[in-house]
Amino acid sequence: MNFKNGQELEACCVETGKSIAQICIEREMDLTGWSEDTIRAEMRKDYDVMRQAVDRALKEELHSMGGLLGGEARKLKARLDAGPTVCGSLMSKAIGAAMGVMEVNASMGLIVAAPTAGSCGILPGSLLTTAEQFGWSDDQIIDALFVAGAIGLIITRNATVSGAEGGCQAETGSAAAMAAAGIVSALGGTPRQTLDAAATALKNVMGLVCDPIAGLVESPCQKRNALGAANALISAEMALAGIPSIIPFDEVVDAMYKVGKRMPMELRETALGGLAHTPTGCAICSRIYQ
Amino acid sequence: MKNLSVFDVIGPRMIGPSSSHTAGAVRIALVGRKIAHGRISSVQFFLHGSFAKTYRGHGTDRALLGGILGYSTEDPRIVDAFKKADEKGITYSFSPTDLGEDFHPNTVRMLITTEDGEQSEVIGESVGGGSIKIVQLNGQRVEFTGEFYTLIVKQRDVPGVAAHITQCIASEGINVAFMRIYREEKGDFAYTIIEADEEISESAVDKIKAKPELIQTALVVSLR
Repeated sequence: MNFKNGQELEACCVETGKSIAQICIEREMDLTGWSEDTIRAEMRKDYDVMRQAVDRALKEELHSMGGLLGGEARKLKARLDAGPTVCGSLMSKAIGAAMGVMEVNASMGLIVAAPTAGSCGILPGSLLTTAEQFGWSDDQIIDALFVAGAIGLIITRNATVSGAEGGCQAETGSAAAMAAAGIVSALGGTPRQTLDAAATALKNVMGLVCDPIAGLVESPCQKRNALGAANALISAEMALAGIPSIIPFDEVVDAMYKVGKRMPMELRETALGGLAHTPTGCAICSRIYQ
Repeated sequence: MKNLSVFDVIGPRMIGPSSSHTAGAVRIALVGRKIAHGRISSVQFFLHGSFAKTYRGHGTDRALLGGILGYSTEDPRIVDAFKKADEKGITYSFSPTDLGEDFHPNTVRMLITTEDGEQSEVIGESVGGGSIKIVQLNGQRVEFTGEFYTLIVKQRDVPGVAAHITQCIASEGINVAFMRIYREEKGDFAYTIIEADEEISESAVDKIKAKPELIQTALVVSLR
């Protein structure tokens, strides 16, 4: 059981009548020789660490290594508790959780790279928050994570999830695509709708550069994780409403990769362009490394 | 994608903030600790490229020291690595350096000294996503990742050594994925590095070491 791209994954589902999650699990069984239970238990560990990271940022005051972030999750929570929010409850919680996990990451806490450390807030922020809102069982959440994983595998194989290689579009775009797919699948979307959600999420941030101030995984990475969580939610909403992606998922992945390849190196994690190279960004950089 | 696991995409579980600057650094130092093979008393880290520039902000220094202390990439004690090393009486230093263009931007050279005075030099590169490559060992260019079960043998450069090593490995039923011999000059010492699919047993290592006229040391250094 294997798939090279979205088209093959969808064909697998249609031919076998199995879900994307099941196909992803069976692929892993072939690869590792592990039982389904062992593989699900391994994903359960990832889920637990994601959950703990979300909770930790709400409970503790965290100090990042570079000092450019801290306390954002609690600020958003306070605003949500106090009264009406611009974003509404689910979206507000999702962006708060995404920013919180990035606080944990930047303060040398335990996270799950999903697909990278720099994008580690997006899956927990959007997918776990949606799971809570809809009351999914643990098994449903774990299935959704395998769907996210299947999308991540395809992007890694045919393009890149690395900011150094393809910019932020590759990193937070991929995380949002993975999360959107997981959400759509868990809420009963078809394989085609699942791929459409992933395609939409990637399209929404195509061209986004990677320009971390002082080269650290803090700013603007944390806010782009909030954006990624929101991107996952709106992409899922569109797909579930029956709004397709005009460009098929595999072609979007290919286009994203080509855009990444054409990005100058200054805009791929080197901190030599974009926000990192503004007067304020440069001043912060010299302050940190003085 | 044949070998890519879903847990490479959702995972690893790791101490942040960066897979290359933090998790990769832990893994390089973990290999260094295994190569040093004894109670470590001091370690000097020479940081190259992006490691030299951003090591404080990425916690690369704590991550490296954490690896020397034997912590895994998901061990929360990494953040307190300085204190833990002080408690154990391990001295440490970090110096930016320029190793030249032959090395990856995220590279560290480690000089590790054990309590019995043995010093090991290890150069490792963090090549992305937490993956690493060890590229130099005591002045000798080598290449291995630690992802396979890995055996390093330091041997005399004389006929029959390779046959002896492979015989010992084969007699234990271990399937070799890769095997390479590295040497600087003919007639001196050489390294054999074996990467295997199965765990390399203590008894296989003992069999290899049983011919001291051929073998100086043999160590299992995998990250698995």
